[in-house]
Amino acid sequence: MIPELGHYALMLALGLALIQGTMPIVGTKTNDTVLMSIAAPVAVAHFAFVAMAFAALAICYVISDFSVLNVFENSNSQMPFIYRLTSIWGNHEGSMMLWVSILSFFGALVAVFGGNLPVVLKANALAVQAWIAAAFHLFILTTSNPFVRIPQAPFEGRDLNPILQDPGLAFHPPMLYLGYVGFSITFSFAIAALLEGRIDAAWARWVRPWVLGAWMCLTVGIAGGSYWAYYTLGWGGFWFWDPVENASLMPWLAGTALLHSAVVMEKRGALKIWTILLAILTFSLSLIGTFLVRSGVLTSVHAFATDPMRGVFILAILVVFIGGALALYGWRAPLLKQGGIFAPISREGALVFNNLFLTTACATVFVGTLYPLALEALTGEKISVGPPFFNATFGPLFIPLMVVMPFGPLMGWKRGDLIGAAQRLLAAAILAGLAMAATFALEQGGPVLAPFGAGVAVFVMAGAVTDIAERTLFMRVPFRAALRRAIGLPRSAWGTAFAHFGLGVTLLGIVAATAWGSERIAEMKIGDNLEIARYRLTFTGLFSRQGPNYHDMVGRFLVHRKNGDLIGVMEPSRRSFPSRNMTTTEAALMTRGVSQLYLSLGDPMPNGDLAVRVYFKPRVLLIWLGAAIMFAGGALSLSDRRLRVGAPQPAKARTALRAAE
Amino acid sequence: MTRKQRRLVLIGGGVGVLAVAVALMLNALRDSIVFFNSPSDVMEKHVRPGTRIRLGGLVQNGSVVRGNNLFVRFEVTDGKNEIPVSYQGVLPDLFREGQGVVAEGALDAAGTFNADSILAKHDETYLPKEVADALKRSGHWKDDYGRRAATPVGEATK
Repeated sequence: MIPELGHYALMLALGLALIQGTMPIVGTKTNDTVLMSIAAPVAVAHFAFVAMAFAALAICYVISDFSVLNVFENSNSQMPFIYRLTSIWGNHEGSMMLWVSILSFFGALVAVFGGNLPVVLKANALAVQAWIAAAFHLFILTTSNPFVRIPQAPFEGRDLNPILQDPGLAFHPPMLYLGYVGFSITFSFAIAALLEGRIDAAWARWVRPWVLGAWMCLTVGIAGGSYWAYYTLGWGGFWFWDPVENASLMPWLAGTALLHSAVVMEKRGALKIWTILLAILTFSLSLIGTFLVRSGVLTSVHAFATDPMRGVFILAILVVFIGGALALYGWRAPLLKQGGIFAPISREGALVFNNLFLTTACATVFVGTLYPLALEALTGEKISVGPPFFNATFGPLFIPLMVVMPFGPLMGWKRGDLIGAAQRLLAAAILAGLAMAATFALEQGGPVLAPFGAGVAVFVMAGAVTDIAERTLFMRVPFRAALRRAIGLPRSAWGTAFAHFGLGVTLLGIVAATAWGSERIAEMKIGDNLEIARYRLTFTGLFSRQGPNYHDMVGRFLVHRKNGDLIGVMEPSRRSFPSRNMTTTEAALMTRGVSQLYLSLGDPMPNGDLAVRVYFKPRVLLIWLGAAIMFAGGALSLSDRRLRVGAPQPAKARTALRAAE
Repeated sequence: MTRKQRRLVLIGGGVGVLAVAVALMLNALRDSIVFFNSPSDVMEKHVRPGTRIRLGGLVQNGSVVRGNNLFVRFEVTDGKNEIPVSYQGVLPDLFREGQGVVAEGALDAAGTFNADSILAKHDETYLPKEVADALKRSGHWKDDYGRRAATPVGEATK
């Protein structure tokens, strides 16, 4: 009964989406305010029915209703409660349900909190949002129905793929989808502006919180996925340039560019047409990401689907939405008025530089990800494009961006003072030079470029601090006055500094962990010692442990400093899941400051020895700490009073506020 | 500067960055891509020793020999031809005889494939996409290989 209700609710949601997608548009064309104003209540009702469908699926998982095929294939009554819940989106059908749930949730948010949006813009935006929803509802109902029943219900489910039985699954896909789908709002607003043929700085102000929110979620979603891969795959890598990872990186790069160009548009009324294009491209890349992961064109842990029908359907969605949006853009964009001129050396110029490099870097990732697919489709030749390609293309484009980054916030709008900014960054540059020299002298081995990378990272961090110091006149006015100024700074200024600082922290972590890490692989008998970096590991024994739905073979290792102090015990294991006849590697991690010791077990040898892999990852935690700082920066910026006041205020108050800036 | 000149600077800068990016990509595509080959491809195309390739197929039953220091030798087959592979390191969780495998490395002069990383992306019945296609071409495809859904990923690097 419950699955049928869910199925039915989803069909009703499709119907409502069709109404939401057509009536308001008709209203805007015939100037019928009644038709336009139905968009908001229909959007809320639409969300209610999608939520009902999602809840129905959730109930099936929680009560382990194995008469539902989707539950049977991906769940097991022995699994802990949290994994029964997360396995809702640990499969193709369920994750698409999560996708549309978030989509319609955001639509409802626009409907409820967009009370002061211009009526036409709101009606159009909600209508576009509904087209996207309708396309995905149709996709779910025709090719990926999660509510299909099995005539004779089995007693036990097939279990969730063991690799996915991890808290990471509770966090990573929802955050990623919040990011992907969050950009659908900016897309809808961009299309709405094109439909109306009118756009102004206020548009950027309405859209910016959505861009920020989506960007924040995507940032931590990617970082979370990276940490998950790091500890779960058993060989210590945190980024593989896997197509699935690239699929999430591309919208992030484009979204970061959009975030910055929207600032220019809001403050200076410039770059309007470019911002619209970026809004379209960012969501297009999110759709392409969905296509890559969901259609099964890639074979990897994320590709649950092997049904070609699904691939064709998503490809059709892709072509219609991206093609349609770009065609509309080509047709209508010339109608939008250009505004605000600026000198190349200025805040705007710096942000254009940022956009140029981010989009170009994004394009290289795009080529590297899709080239193998295109080549195979055209010639049948199979190739793999791995890390060497991305290191040789993405790296050289990203480093100049990082070097220029600290200059941006120090430049004035319209016309900036490059020499003045350089003088103010002198301290940061000296600090970076010292860091470079210190790493060069202290760290052995590693690539020649590594100290340079560390220097750039320090420059970015010090540059962010300089920005705040300049704004508060720190060291130039009495400390109390500087503190008062710091408190009085707009939160978005703090947000910028935090986000930039965080990126520097992440870069430092990446450089340190890849350049100066060490690795040992060995066969060990009980009693054997292994030395790595400043530590000595002693293998003291093997024992077994029973989990709720798995069995662990645990190796026990004592960790000593080289001088003999015992600092802890590490217990990596090999975990076997009888329900799927599969074994996974559970690495043991020991955190020392922001560095980690990483230990994982291989197959037991025929002679009873144990193959172990040990890594020392210096400062590896900075990678994810930096992402957390970026998230905090986004949150600070989002809490800025001007953003909050800006959107809901009536037009008059807004102009007054803008004049005051 | 006039508006027109400013625009020219912008467009010029954009074109410049794009040109650099295209140059970087073309260069990287020439140097750093790796072709996938089945054992039969290796035989037919006479892949030269030292060229980095990915070799994919099934691990020949009974061919896995473990030596000291995590040294392992096995044969990769597509039913028509076999290539001996040597590897030193920890094998992925899913490495088994009779199962699909993808090894990355290069042939040596004696015709042994020295792998520096081994990928095994499959469960008991699922095969890596490339391996499945290669088996289909060599006529050794069994229908039940692809029935079960794709899932896990295991990978080992030296």
